[in-house]
Amino acid sequence: MTLEPFTRLTATITPLPYDDVDTDQIIPAKYLKGTTREGMDQGLFARWRYGPDGSPNPEFPLNRPAYRGSQILVTGNNFGCGSSREHAPWALYAYGFRAIISPSFADIFRNNALKNGLLPVAVEPEMQAALLALVEEDPAAKITIDLDAQTVTLPDGRQATFPIDGFSKRCLLDGVDQLGYLLKQEAAIAAYEEETGKARPEMEQR
Amino acid sequence: MERRTLFDKIWENHVVTHEEGSPAVLYVDLHLVHEVTSPQAFAGLREKGLAVRRPDRTVATMDHSTPTNTRDLSLIDALAARQLQVLAQNCREFGIRLYDMESAERGIVHVIGPELGLTQPGLTIVCGDSHTSTHGAFGALAFGIGTSEVEHVLASQCLLQARPRTYRVHFDGRLQAGVTAKDMILALIARIGIGGGTGHVFEYTGEAVRNLSMEGRMTLCNMSIEGGARAGMVAPDETTFEYLAGRPYAPQGEAWEEAVAAWRALPSDQGADYDRSVTLDVSTLEPMITYGTNPGMGLPISQPIPDPAGMGDPGARAMTEKALRYMDLQPGRPLLDHKVDVVFLGSCTNSRLSDLREAARVLDGRKVADGVRMLVVPGSETVRRQAEAEGLDRIFTNAGAEWRYAGCSMCLAMNDDRLQPGQYAVSTSNRNFEGRQGTGGRTFLASPLTAAATAVTGRVTDPRTLEE
Repeated sequence: MTLEPFTRLTATITPLPYDDVDTDQIIPAKYLKGTTREGMDQGLFARWRYGPDGSPNPEFPLNRPAYRGSQILVTGNNFGCGSSREHAPWALYAYGFRAIISPSFADIFRNNALKNGLLPVAVEPEMQAALLALVEEDPAAKITIDLDAQTVTLPDGRQATFPIDGFSKRCLLDGVDQLGYLLKQEAAIAAYEEETGKARPEMEQR
Repeated sequence: MERRTLFDKIWENHVVTHEEGSPAVLYVDLHLVHEVTSPQAFAGLREKGLAVRRPDRTVATMDHSTPTNTRDLSLIDALAARQLQVLAQNCREFGIRLYDMESAERGIVHVIGPELGLTQPGLTIVCGDSHTSTHGAFGALAFGIGTSEVEHVLASQCLLQARPRTYRVHFDGRLQAGVTAKDMILALIARIGIGGGTGHVFEYTGEAVRNLSMEGRMTLCNMSIEGGARAGMVAPDETTFEYLAGRPYAPQGEAWEEAVAAWRALPSDQGADYDRSVTLDVSTLEPMITYGTNPGMGLPISQPIPDPAGMGDPGARAMTEKALRYMDLQPGRPLLDHKVDVVFLGSCTNSRLSDLREAARVLDGRKVADGVRMLVVPGSETVRRQAEAEGLDRIFTNAGAEWRYAGCSMCLAMNDDRLQPGQYAVSTSNRNFEGRQGTGGRTFLASPLTAAATAVTGRVTDPRTLEE
């Protein structure tokens, strides 16, 4: 699979200032019945985004005209906790988000996001607060995320760095699927199986 | 000699290669598959012209979107039925063993793995499901993965992984009657928070863990992810070996003796270092119950609902206020005696035979309160059969509860088993997130004992006050 490379992004912000946003909120289970990756944006934050009758909830940030076209979500601690559903990053990406900024991410969500061209950007709580204050003051303000430099830059020049492992960074910059790397390890995998006798006769017999 | 933890030993045994600047290539011994998180992975293989590298190490079941009131898929919604058909088709095409709707051994993936003896000490086990941590109860390294990683494992039998840190969770003391493994894990999560274990693998140690049955250990490990840890583990011991002996996929004869000898070398070395640790004394632990919208918002059942006004941390205050609004609960009031509409006994956390026995012991000769719906959903068809052989199903149905086929059911409400908006449920499952059990539904997580006692009174009840 070829991914769109992620190099540098200058875009507006959507604020979602809650901690512990779980993947059941990002995409509820009723949207997991598909067999493809298509159409996931329909289910994004569905319970918060729509009222009981299916009409858009005007209070929810994604429905506010000021944030339309935003590509960066700024949110609270431990974003993406709970279920391992990769539908969560698929839905965020399909909706148009390319980066999520938060003080911290749940492990499985972060792994899933990195495999789908969606950049998890972990910043100090002070930087997250500064970004929320910025969008509150001016929803049209654009910030820049530079993956190569691992920086987030505000319009006034304030800047923060963020961590990312070198491997995921290279894959994102080049837009390559991580599976390619694994498939190149075939000789090592076969040697490992040979050496450790990774047969499970009791599984083959049944 | 270097002192290693259980985790260190399993990790180091499974690193195929680890190049500078890249994550480790970790070998996967057992890959469990279900209908919801696999279709896109199989589609990926097809697009790339790849085969499943080790179908013999891959096992599939149907659990998440299956009905529990029928086995006839023509009666369920077309999307769910189609997803199940796609799994069956993928398993046929790629040569994978599938426990389908016709199978007498089908069930929730984290119930049937151990039950069939597929889950064994020392293995690496993954599944596109966060509750894969359950299998750590056997001293395996088991964790949930996303669908891209499901494709990675199907294609290469390996995963690219950064080495997690270790976190020792020590449970001292002896549990009082009426207090269970579920209460231990809810107490841990209430203590460290739902992000407390992020980046770590838990190892559960201590007298209280040693004294748990395998099913209790599975409950404990199951909710590791609710504390932020992808995996939780318990060192294998005689309890583990006794559980596994004679199971369909367990080694037999001489191979069994060799396996047990190897498993005995797995426990953490005396004095091994962990990156973090926490100790909880369970001797004064009460039954635990959650009041909020994540599993960390839990309290001892006799305690009042916390008041956000008294919380120093503004983030915690805001989240608690938001949760109490959703739950429509008043701070400072007890949760005990709060009216409930539904009791759900099931899920990969608490749907095994011992869970059903505990609940049945409470319900025997009693009735589910008027106006309360109780749903009992065994974790597997095997559990269902065993329970019926013991007459547990009669105890449940005589009490007025519904007795269902195996599946994930109301834990995540992907099928028709769900709460109505505004309803309150005591649930033995693992997540009380907003709408998890049905849009607008409100969940109190608790043990099977607390659930059963609550079903009898129709109000949140401390099971210790009901038992003779």
